[in-house]
Amino acid sequence: MDFNFTEEQTMVRDGLTRLVRESYDFDTRRSVIESDSGWRPELWAQIAEMGLLGMPFSEEDGGFGGGAIDSLVVMEVFGRGLVVEPYVPTVVCAGGFFKHAGSAEQKEEHIGGIVDGSRVYAFAYAEPRGRYDLADLETTAKKDGDGYVLNGHKAVVIAAPWASHLIVTARTSGERRDHDGISVFVVDKNADGVVTRDYPTVDGRRASDIYFENVSVGADALIGEDGKALPLIELVVDEAIAAQCAEACGAMKSAQEMTVEYSRQRKQFGTPIGKFQVLQHRMVDMFVEYEQSVSMAYLATLKLGESDKERKSAVSAAKVRIGQAAHHIGQEAIQIHGGMGMTDELAIGHYFKRLTIFDAEFGNVDHHMKRHIALASD
Amino acid sequence: MNLDFSPEETAFRNEVRTFIEDNYPKNVSAEGLRDDLSPEDMVAWHKVLGEKGWSVPAWPPEYGGTGWTPTQRYIWSEENARVNAIMPLPFGVSMVGPVIYTFGNEAQKQQHLPGIRSGDVWWCQGYSEPGAGSDLASLKTTAVRDGDHYVINGQKTWTTLAQHADWGFFLCRTDPDAAKPQEGISFILVDMKSPGIEVRPIKLIDGGYEVNETWLTDVRVPVENLVGEENKGWTYAKFLLAHERSGIAGVARSKRAVEQLREIADKELLDGKPLMQDFDFARKVSQLDIDLAALEITELRTLAGEEAGRGPGPESSILKIKGTEIQQRLTELTLEAVGHYGTPYYRDLSDTGSNEYPIGPDYAQHAAASYFNMRKTSIYGGSNEIQRNIISKMILGL
Ligand SMILES: Cc1cc2nc3c(=O)[nH]c(=O)nc-3n(C[C@H](O)[C@H](O)[C@H](O)COP(=O)(O)OP(=O)(O)OC[C@H]3O[C@@H](n4cnc5c(N)ncnc54)[C@H](O)[C@@H]3O)c2cc1C
Ligand SMILES: Cc1cc2nc3c(=O)[nH]c(=O)nc-3n(C[C@H](O)[C@H](O)[C@H](O)COP(=O)(O)OP(=O)(O)OC[C@H]3O[C@@H](n4cnc5c(N)ncnc54)[C@H](O)[C@@H]3O)c2cc1C
Repeated sequence: MDFNFTEEQTMVRDGLTRLVRESYDFDTRRSVIESDSGWRPELWAQIAEMGLLGMPFSEEDGGFGGGAIDSLVVMEVFGRGLVVEPYVPTVVCAGGFFKHAGSAEQKEEHIGGIVDGSRVYAFAYAEPRGRYDLADLETTAKKDGDGYVLNGHKAVVIAAPWASHLIVTARTSGERRDHDGISVFVVDKNADGVVTRDYPTVDGRRASDIYFENVSVGADALIGEDGKALPLIELVVDEAIAAQCAEACGAMKSAQEMTVEYSRQRKQFGTPIGKFQVLQHRMVDMFVEYEQSVSMAYLATLKLGESDKERKSAVSAAKVRIGQAAHHIGQEAIQIHGGMGMTDELAIGHYFKRLTIFDAEFGNVDHHMKRHIALASD
Repeated sequence: MNLDFSPEETAFRNEVRTFIEDNYPKNVSAEGLRDDLSPEDMVAWHKVLGEKGWSVPAWPPEYGGTGWTPTQRYIWSEENARVNAIMPLPFGVSMVGPVIYTFGNEAQKQQHLPGIRSGDVWWCQGYSEPGAGSDLASLKTTAVRDGDHYVINGQKTWTTLAQHADWGFFLCRTDPDAAKPQEGISFILVDMKSPGIEVRPIKLIDGGYEVNETWLTDVRVPVENLVGEENKGWTYAKFLLAHERSGIAGVARSKRAVEQLREIADKELLDGKPLMQDFDFARKVSQLDIDLAALEITELRTLAGEEAGRGPGPESSILKIKGTEIQQRLTELTLEAVGHYGTPYYRDLSDTGSNEYPIGPDYAQHAAASYFNMRKTSIYGGSNEIQRNIISKMILGL
């Protein structure tokens, strides 16, 4: 058994931690998320230059031969600093589809663009009426000559305002909620008929609702096999969940430490409030929740390469446990900060908001509890 | 023992229901967030009630109260919650009003009570300071006697809706040498238009502006504005806090919010079926219902005790703790119910005043902001930790 990071991973972690601490402090983040663009393309370029965007790809695909643990390392640091840049949609999601199912040409074109930072992707999978079911799709892609014509509405597509390309799930055959008949496409965001409505999100990121109105794409837009994409989508989403679990752990760690620190400084009744045993025990519980979450983030990441059943079960377990911990730690952090926790000016409220939204992404606690139960009775 | 309302009480319910249906201002909705409303909207219903003589039901009749029994008052608040009415702000009606008619002099009653009843005068509460929150008695703002004025200096914070306030009630230190910190504090009424007062908005995590920092620099206040005796302000402040707490359970409003949650969960889909038909979700809604039933009966027991002449004691802390926990859980479940559409930051979208088609369903638009905002309820009005300290000391004797 080995829970250690390699020397290289440790170096990456330290380097990125330094970068985030020095050039992504809380005030900088605030001005970035309030700016017109909402993110820092120049930081993205810097991260690409450090080689971080190529880590999880094999060398023959143009990467550096790493894997999911590298994404865990990056996302944990991103979570510590509430970094909004689109690592999960671009590297983990889009990168995942090309890595697992892309043609040689797709790999060359798209993975190349991811690794050098020139292309940003968003993953358009959720729909207004589908809740968290990846197969509940009303978006259609109808065969049209060699290519396809897409129609549909995707909800809350994270990072889409920054993206050059979209990865889109759509139904090529079958009925809504059928497991067969689902396909994945890569679509240029500037393609005719792609209509976006951009907006900020409550946790400081940007998203779009996207309408596909008779969008024509060529045969080369299809990633993997026509109609057989659900297992692939599930795999990539599980990889995204594992990465985001690591991010949540980073954010929980920051929230937990900030709360302990605040309770040392803040005096009421002539003593630091951290001396009140009720608060001490609750901060201990926050810490325990955080440690349990780290364990689950490791478990999810380490099981990504196992059988479908093992992988899904571990990922759902992690999403349940970390979703619960994220709520618990976020709420306790605000409460122990008192009125100060309610202000936009303090970082803690922003951690709380990110941890709140984490639960709803890629399926909430209930959704993954159900999946966990279903797998156990399979 | 029985839970039934008497025929008179049922008749009363019908009377108020009809009155609300006929008179509640149609253009004012409380579906959203309070600070999205204009100040005029916030007091519109208060003004209607002022004319009817129903704006301060709990006050003694000689000061304009209705003489309703606690049960009638309860029915009144239920009927208002049914339509999501925007009730009179508590600062005048439930806080400073009772202090003035109980401890104030004749001139103060004449000057201030009519404006509170009518809704023409907007009050704010200047208690908390940056260094004095849960430990309110450590407050530092000073009021120094200078001829027939007090000169006030200091900084208050978290002053809710002070941006619209005409008057404020402030706790100030008048005797810095008192033996105990509680003993040198006075309760002073301050005209918010006085020179030397500066109100600076604080942005909260939901993106709204409902609280402020209030700076007082050499603010001159006539000594007539002292309520009761100098240095006895702590007594009045505690009296007021008991009033603040008794309204805080919010049962009627939470019952309405559970109904709304059910309506949302009937519209949201899971596996193509209404979310409300999902066992896991339904169970959580029922849990809330059950907790709310327990709170409601607990509140009715407290009311019955009041009718029998027993004032709300430390038991009101139970109402505060459970009431706020339920409110928070309700907003949390509502956010859960709306799924992906809890994520957009709608407040910024409405700021741009654009007429573009909306994102997601209407009922999703305040879900996240309400959840973030409601975290305040376990912090203010005496935090839930402080309420537990009160129960352990005053009831359990620990
Ligand atoms: C089934 C059983 C088997 C046992 N077997 C053995 C054995 O083989 N050999 C042996 O030597 N002992 C044994 N014990 C004794 C055991 O170690 C003690 O019960 C234990 O140390 C607690 O002490 P206590 O029962 O005196 O409780 P107390 O110390 O009186 O504690 C009472 C409560 O107060 C809490 N408390 C105490 N101090 C604090 C504090 N500072 N802060 C917050 N809370 C506090 C405790 O957590 C507990 O909830 C056994 C006990 C049981 C129940
Ligand atoms: C939205 C909002 C509106 C408000 N409106 C007003 C207003 O209009 N006027 C006004 O005067 N004030 C107002 N307040 C202030 C409110 O009353 C204070 O926030 C509250 O008293 C808590 O004080 P604090 O924020 O300084 O927290 P602190 O007192 O610093 O408490 C921090 C944490 O420590 C805990 N703690 C403190 N002491 C103890 C203890 N002895 N034992 C265990 N735990 C403890 C608290 O419970 C809390 O969790 C408002 C606050 C908010 C958030």
